[in-house]
Amino acid sequence: MASYVRYIDRTRDYYLSKGYDKPYKWAHFEDVPFTPLKKPLAESKVVLISTSEIEVRGAEQPEGDDKSNVGGMYSIPSNVSKEQLYSPSHSYDRVATTLEDVDAFYPTSALHAAVKSGRIGGLAARFHGVYNAYSQRRTRERDAMEVLNRCREDGVDVAVLVPV
Amino acid sequence: MCHQTVSLVARVLEENGISTVVMCTARDIVEMCGVTRMVHTDFPLGSPCGEPHNPAQQREVLEIAFKLLETAFVPRTMVQSPFKWSKGEAWKDLVFTPEQPYQTPEVEKRWLEKKEFYRKLKAEGKV
Repeated sequence: MASYVRYIDRTRDYYLSKGYDKPYKWAHFEDVPFTPLKKPLAESKVVLISTSEIEVRGAEQPEGDDKSNVGGMYSIPSNVSKEQLYSPSHSYDRVATTLEDVDAFYPTSALHAAVKSGRIGGLAARFHGVYNAYSQRRTRERDAMEVLNRCREDGVDVAVLVPV
Repeated sequence: MCHQTVSLVARVLEENGISTVVMCTARDIVEMCGVTRMVHTDFPLGSPCGEPHNPAQQREVLEIAFKLLETAFVPRTMVQSPFKWSKGEAWKDLVFTPEQPYQTPEVEKRWLEKKEFYRKLKAEGKV
């Protein structure tokens, strides 16, 4: 069985082969914070946070800016069914897989099922989307802080985060 | 870059009292950044929560994330989900290689335009 793909090495070689000679400097931290669960999951309010550019069909474009990679964040109601959602993202392996089934990268149906079965206490009223930014500092200091504010407003205990 | 963005957001939430779990495919990028809890599923970019149209498997991957939330007692705890991509592993040799360009020429053109626009904003002190 082949081991997992080392994307840092693979993308560096890929972009070098295309003539980009300045390798991307990935974020790296020695210290990692830790917040234990404060209460059982069956009593916890859970939020979903995604970078999949997920949108609601027929709704206005979410606020935020994905046109220039300066980042931004937006929220959509958590009670939207998967059939109403889609992702226009191109940041996935378009040959190996597909974004047709949003549950494969945005586990909304599984989260709703978990509420129904009592596995988790409930879902936040809003789920959040975050756009990628070239500036890691902007993601940390602006977009992540706004996600935090909205999570606090919604009484969130636990966050499930999913890249596309 | 998606993996780095969610990792950075997870760290901020965790620093501020919200427990987090990241469900990912690009394990090395998340490990490099450093997050509290990670479920790695060894699938192509775009399917971190299970294979498309396999709801039973998607529920199982989420359950692994829930169990990790309940059991992790130190940061940087990683769980590898047991699932194998049903169409084999050839995709691993092809992703991000000259033989299989990651984006279509049209999407790559738009990506370069965004990059250029960002450079311009930066030069003007707007970002």
